[in-house]
Amino acid sequence: MAAVETTKDQVQALGEKYKYGFVTDIEMERAPRGLNEDTVAFISAKKREPEWMLQWRLGAFRRWREMKEPNWARVNFPKIDYQDAYYYAAPKSMSDKPQSLEEVDPKLLETYNKLGIPLHEQMALAGVAVDAVFDSVSVATTFKDTLTKAGVIFCPISEAIREHPELVKKYLGTVVPVTDNFFATLNSAVFSDGTFVYVPKGVRCPMELSTYFRINAGETGQFERTLIIADEGSYVSYLEGCTAPKRDENQLHAAVVELIALDRAEIKYSTVQNWYPGDESGNGGIYNFVTKRGDCRGRDSKISWTQVETGSAITWKYPSCILRGDNSVGEFYSIAIANHFQQADTGTKMIHMGKNTRSRIISKGISAGKAQNTYRGLVSMHAKAVNARNYTQCDSLLIGGQCGAHTVPYIETRNPTARVEHEATTSKIADDQLFYCLSRGINAEEAVALIVNGFCKDVLQQLPMEFAVEAQKLVSISLEGSVG
Amino acid sequence: MLEIKDLHATVDGKEILKGLSLTLQAGQVHAIMGPNGSGKSTLSYVLSGRAGYDVTSGSIRYKGEDLLALPPEARASKGIYLAMQYPVEIPGVTTINFLKTALNAQRRARGETDLDAVSVLRLVRGHAKALNISEEMLRRPLNVGFSGGEKKRLEILQMSVFEPSLAVLDETDSGLDIDALKLVAEGVNTLRSPDRAMLVITHYQRLLDYIVPDRVHVLAKGRIVAEGGKELAKELEAKGYADIVKDAA
Repeated sequence: MAAVETTKDQVQALGEKYKYGFVTDIEMERAPRGLNEDTVAFISAKKREPEWMLQWRLGAFRRWREMKEPNWARVNFPKIDYQDAYYYAAPKSMSDKPQSLEEVDPKLLETYNKLGIPLHEQMALAGVAVDAVFDSVSVATTFKDTLTKAGVIFCPISEAIREHPELVKKYLGTVVPVTDNFFATLNSAVFSDGTFVYVPKGVRCPMELSTYFRINAGETGQFERTLIIADEGSYVSYLEGCTAPKRDENQLHAAVVELIALDRAEIKYSTVQNWYPGDESGNGGIYNFVTKRGDCRGRDSKISWTQVETGSAITWKYPSCILRGDNSVGEFYSIAIANHFQQADTGTKMIHMGKNTRSRIISKGISAGKAQNTYRGLVSMHAKAVNARNYTQCDSLLIGGQCGAHTVPYIETRNPTARVEHEATTSKIADDQLFYCLSRGINAEEAVALIVNGFCKDVLQQLPMEFAVEAQKLVSISLEGSVG
Repeated sequence: MLEIKDLHATVDGKEILKGLSLTLQAGQVHAIMGPNGSGKSTLSYVLSGRAGYDVTSGSIRYKGEDLLALPPEARASKGIYLAMQYPVEIPGVTTINFLKTALNAQRRARGETDLDAVSVLRLVRGHAKALNISEEMLRRPLNVGFSGGEKKRLEILQMSVFEPSLAVLDETDSGLDIDALKLVAEGVNTLRSPDRAMLVITHYQRLLDYIVPDRVHVLAKGRIVAEGGKELAKELEAKGYADIVKDAA
């Protein structure tokens, strides 16, 4: 509980502005600016990767060179010069891997403390194993013993590539193919690090797994790669949280997350995304182009995505489920908040392939300031998806008169027995709601936070406890300055 | 406690209050009666500081302070409470959470420390029972799906929890059956105290059988046109507003 309290206090202390805007001064080891085969080889060598991995990356890179940035999303941003960025940065002091937390660069630990995720407390009290990604290198992995005992592999993906090549080879790129889309292909070529999880047959992972991602170095794109495999009859819950320091230039983030659930396995993946959104006039901020996809490969399997998206200047993200196994279940619970000049285009794809597959989509979009918020979703019922069912609910809340909310649902049905339900609402925070709160002593900002948290409740409830508290605070912080 | 002098107020550019004056001492309960459109609700909103209800001239002093200089949330933390005619629904926010948020916001504004969830629940429970408000109701989203009577009882519950110095009850009797009315009136009566003043706004005399006022003011066309003791309410009931208003004019 103390960890939760600390996080809470920390977040509370943020005040009216984004307070994670600090930069830790750590000497970086960088790949040269720009992107070519040498850069790819540099990254691969840095990670001491086997030849097959290098070839995999190079294949992706060659493919990427021929691809074009997608332009169908409702987002606008200046052209990204991919040759003007760095693709690899590691805190130098980490070249020699620390054996324990005491050996970790104190500046790193300080940064985590500022973020309100003290490792010690987390380890001791919250029972969360943290594989903390600081820029590109994973620095601390805890609770390894407990996990090892259970047979769970939880490690940086670079380590998995070296130590568990058979698993990585078998599953990497099988959910999000190398050629999937511009950003995923770029990620495949240059991903720096990320997380690997394997939960063996019949094992219920003994703790929530959590990774904190954070962009630190200027002009360094972040290309995280996550691969989670839940073997037959297993269960795992994974938490991902993000904050980034304040910077003026835009930063590119293009992560790929692949989830694989085999027979009767269940994966719950929760995200709180709070990348730097840019300032109040729309300068700076992270460009977040993420490909997240889960494959319910086995019968009776289940994948559940929960996301709280409050940050980034641009969010382009569609955590999806391929419901391949019969009776498999896909869920998508989302809160997307866009304030000031933020642009969010997010949603999900539920691809029903197996019989009796079910999916549920609950999306809550909140727009304030001059932000644009789009829900974009696809529900696809394939020919063999006998008795498949989907329920979609998209609610939009507008704060002020200059923002926009858009709902773009696509539905395809090739099976007459499939059922698809879609409900959508759009509302504004009413004057009388606001006045009611004010007349009870609650100030305007707190009132908006209260009303919005109420609006998001169905989704917040899906988050693990410790995340829910943090997420609630973030929801409030994200909307500060949106009224009055 | 409250001193209103020659108050003029407009809504959407239209003058609704046209020189209203009223003085209310601590420990007293005054009733404001008047026909529809006389400005009763406008008065309650002006007192609590609702945006769009603009005071064009006149003054309101509360405990010696210029009330009009305070934003609505500050008025609340300084002890002004408005029980609304139409309580508002807030989906997804449980009643108990709303009470806790409001109470702690007021406490913080007064430089007091927050009460934790357990203390708030204990405090609320104590008052809820008397008003026949169940635990289940406290866990439901604020006013969502509440009956008219439940909403009004909840307004009184909030009043009990916040312990205001000045309570304004805006048509608290509307939409209540006689049993609910008695329950609400009892709740209000237990809150009568020497250091608390109440302004009971109502269209009908009926409520005043249960909440007996020290003084009755008749509001018509934005001004107080008649004043008297509790018997004035009876007179209004018998004669109707038209005569009184005409007599006064």
